[in-house]
Amino acid sequence: MKKVNLVIVGGGPAGLAAAKAAYDAGERDILILEREAELGGILNQCIHNGFGLHTFKEELTGPEYAARYIEEVKKRNICYKLEATVIDVSKDKVVTYVSATDGLVQIQSKALILACGCRERPRGAINIAGMRGAGVFSAGTAQKLVNIDGYLPGKEVVILGSGDIGLIMARRMTFEGAHVKAVVELMPYSSGLNRNIVQCLNDFNIPLYFSHTVVDIKGGDRVEGVVIAQVDDKLQPIKSTERLIECDTLLLSVGLLPENELAKDADVVLSPTTGGAVVDENLMTNVDGVFECGNVLHVHDLVDFVSAESENAGKSAVDYINGIQLTKDKNVIVCTNGVRYCVPTVLNKDEIYAEQSFKMRVANVFKKVELAVFADGVKVYGRKRPVVAPGEMENIKLTAEQMKVLKQAKTVEITLIKGENK
Amino acid sequence: MSREMICINCPMGCRLTVDDSDKNNIQVSGNTCPRGVTYAVNEITAPKRMVTGSVAVEGGAVAMVSVKTREAIPKELIFDSLEQLKSVKLTAPVHIGDIVVSNVCGCGVDFIATKNVEAL
Repeated sequence: MKKVNLVIVGGGPAGLAAAKAAYDAGERDILILEREAELGGILNQCIHNGFGLHTFKEELTGPEYAARYIEEVKKRNICYKLEATVIDVSKDKVVTYVSATDGLVQIQSKALILACGCRERPRGAINIAGMRGAGVFSAGTAQKLVNIDGYLPGKEVVILGSGDIGLIMARRMTFEGAHVKAVVELMPYSSGLNRNIVQCLNDFNIPLYFSHTVVDIKGGDRVEGVVIAQVDDKLQPIKSTERLIECDTLLLSVGLLPENELAKDADVVLSPTTGGAVVDENLMTNVDGVFECGNVLHVHDLVDFVSAESENAGKSAVDYINGIQLTKDKNVIVCTNGVRYCVPTVLNKDEIYAEQSFKMRVANVFKKVELAVFADGVKVYGRKRPVVAPGEMENIKLTAEQMKVLKQAKTVEITLIKGENK
Repeated sequence: MSREMICINCPMGCRLTVDDSDKNNIQVSGNTCPRGVTYAVNEITAPKRMVTGSVAVEGGAVAMVSVKTREAIPKELIFDSLEQLKSVKLTAPVHIGDIVVSNVCGCGVDFIATKNVEAL
């Protein structure tokens, strides 16, 4: 069987950054496996601007951001294979991929980084009643059709879900001559960025209906309209508020799910909250030598954070290959009082104390709160925030000294201290 | 008059409070960087937007090449600028930074390519 020290599954922003960091940490035997015909992942279809402010201190479009990392990978002569789809990974770190040129290939790796991103929640997952004709697309599919293939998938459009892809597509479809009649959001708030509500909806007078959902899709071979309704505080549609919006297209932007089928094959334990792996501060899963980073681990708002996280995974994988011993003894970080999840999920009870970032999401919109980290009931870190929302990932950094306290503690808790929460 | 505004310069989306009762001395607070002030003042006096799109390319590995305005252009020119893009036909190779439409609608800003498309 072919042997490669480090195999990276996925050539998008996470895989590229992990490869670059692994190379810079001294590893030369690296292989990136990418299922598409070019590197760059989802960035290739994200042609809008807004990427790279943290990483490059300038505002780039998705393809430009990808090109920067692709150039770094090519400069280092890191091996990659395109149109190579990984179909299995085992807990012994054997990777199986298929490609039209190589056939079916198995590789024994020493360390494995899963950087395979996420996919969109489909119509079937949200059980919308109605016809099954043409005209219902996920927002990302529509994005690919417009930006990569050059087709406009519809003219009269309703969008369900106000996540960033939905908002960006509202503007994109408008730019290409479509009429976006409404964006409908189940929750009383948007999970998208505020800037996108301003520049993608408000600029073009596209109405955004909060606490509304689509309850029926009308039509025959093609969508002819959708029925929307207001929902009550239990998110149940209110019958008397139903109304028809005529349209030929419904775009769904109803959430992203980490794509972890490969991880499951390798017996990786997943978090029920994020859908990604349970990882320690080195981004290693419960399976020795198997790492996760990027949207396969948890869905990020900004690619800049994906890159930073993935560089950490790349470095850690090299440490693992070089035989740095990792403890089996782990401490679960407990999230309470409105903190929905935190990555890393567990901390190793070792004596390596280094600066560490924690990324987390909250369960609701809270005003005037303090994000706090407790070790054995004693506050180690606190950061006041005027407002926190589920759509905006919180990122905190702890110093090596603070990490020492956390790692020596029996219980570690991340929580929201709510002050004048009105 | 005081009003609320969301800065769109970056994904932070700072919530700005803007007092424009004196048009020559617009007061901005709530910003976390100097670009917030520039944004608020521009938004009241002459709003601008970045425009991104895609253009068909022949003879390349992919069908479309993505483009952007090199910098933000006046908001009222968005649809005219997109109209200009429609008449453009590119042939591979195209490289990041190549000018796709120069001086868009006479506003002094170019559309440039944001993707490398090599010739087949």
